[in-house]
Amino acid sequence: MIKFQSVTKIYPAHAGALMIVALEDVSFELSSKEFVSIVGRSGAGKTTLLKLLLAEEKPTRGQIFFDGLDVPQLKPERLPQLRRKIGAVFQDYRLLPTKTAYENIAYIMEVIGSSDEEIARDVPEVLEIVGLENRANNFLAELSGGERQRVAIARSLIHRPEVILADEPTGNLDPYHTLDIIRLLLKIQEMGTTVILATHNKDIINRLGKRVITLEKGRVIRDEERGRFIL
Amino acid sequence: MLVALKRILKSSWVGFRRDGELALATVFILVIAASLVTALFLSREVSQFLISNLQEKMDISVYFKENATEEEVLNVKDELLKMSEIKEVKYVSENQALESFIERHKENQILMESLEEVGDSPFLASLNIKAWKTSQYGTISAFLEHPSFENLIEKVDYFQRKSVIERVFSLTAAISKTGILLSLAVVIVAVLVTFNTIRLAIYNSREEIKIQRLVGASNWFIRGPFLAQGAISGIAAALICLLAFALICWTAGPKLEFFFPDLSLFNVFTKNLGFIFSIQFLAGVGLGVISSLIAIRRYLKA
Repeated sequence: MIKFQSVTKIYPAHAGALMIVALEDVSFELSSKEFVSIVGRSGAGKTTLLKLLLAEEKPTRGQIFFDGLDVPQLKPERLPQLRRKIGAVFQDYRLLPTKTAYENIAYIMEVIGSSDEEIARDVPEVLEIVGLENRANNFLAELSGGERQRVAIARSLIHRPEVILADEPTGNLDPYHTLDIIRLLLKIQEMGTTVILATHNKDIINRLGKRVITLEKGRVIRDEERGRFIL
Repeated sequence: MLVALKRILKSSWVGFRRDGELALATVFILVIAASLVTALFLSREVSQFLISNLQEKMDISVYFKENATEEEVLNVKDELLKMSEIKEVKYVSENQALESFIERHKENQILMESLEEVGDSPFLASLNIKAWKTSQYGTISAFLEHPSFENLIEKVDYFQRKSVIERVFSLTAAISKTGILLSLAVVIVAVLVTFNTIRLAIYNSREEIKIQRLVGASNWFIRGPFLAQGAISGIAAALICLLAFALICWTAGPKLEFFFPDLSLFNVFTKNLGFIFSIQFLAGVGLGVISSLIAIRRYLKA
């Protein structure tokens, strides 16, 4: 379903900043309905990898395939179709600041063309799942970091995407909510969605007992079917 | 399609309301732009009214020799009327000239006594000529200088009035030229100021646009609310501008009438209400939408 083939991403040097090799010759394959964790230290290339899959960045070398589509070669007008198949939880949330929690989640459904009835039915439901039913009409500025993260998670799964990319989705959550979110991601995967979880939370990885790809300085140093957090 | 349109419109209205100060600033700038265009239109109307009023008062007279018969004078009148430059020719006989002189100066004892002293009418028959444009008086005068009229015409007072006529001509030409240049300058300034205000407003939303793209929104789904918001600002600006100019024309009109009795600013406004609202609407909505369209383009590139 997803294939990275000898992917290298280099950020060129500019105005006094040195060249950065974010990913180097990265290759792996993910099949449908798989749960994979990408682990590594900060700066190992986890976020870059997810950005490449979302076509937010283009690789310097190599190929990336999603459902047979050559992602870096996609024309700009075809990018929305690709992105609608992916639900993304970003490290910095990337929520729409001028919209309420409800509107942020409903926006994705509007984008994919869901009816008003579907939106009115599904959004409260997903807000309840992430425990934010009482925060539906609050703007982002009125929410805590953890609450924003949960809005981002709700947004990523509302349209039942084929893949969920979660970049540190529990970074701002307390242990209680962290566990809830991981359980939720596992449940989503069981229901048929591919989940890619980028994290450096050792406990989560060791508890999951799922496939783990370990990155170090932009290279894949380990890829294990039932991996553990080893750095 | 309809659902998407409904969502774009709803989102733009909500955005307009939530933007608060920024939306107000945009409307304010659009009000200024629409006002400049309206003021330009009104000043053009007023100056044209004043120019035509001034031109209306311009004329030349051709005086005929004492021996010229009425028939000959009327023949010259017919010849003149064949010219495309001529707007109106009025024949004034010796007696009519005398009567009008008496009417004008009946209070002036000395003038009346002098007239009695002279006995016969000292006035000559004349043709009073009005041209369509001030610049045409030279051509008419040249026509009257033709040798075939030499035995009939005593004098043409174009040369006495030439300097005044030329001054009026150059003044009106200068007003028109200045008007065109001023219009151009004002339009350019209005477009630039509006574009920059909207560009800044959209620059503020650049992160939001980026997020919308990342979650799979199509370019039109992102662009739509910005364009509609530009249109809403334009409509609001046009309405405010219309109201403001109605008030200005209503209050300033009588004051202006004090200087130019024939000029009613409020009448000019009401007579052209449809056109004025159209240019305000076009200026407001056009500038709002086109500026948004251009400003958002760079954020929608891949």
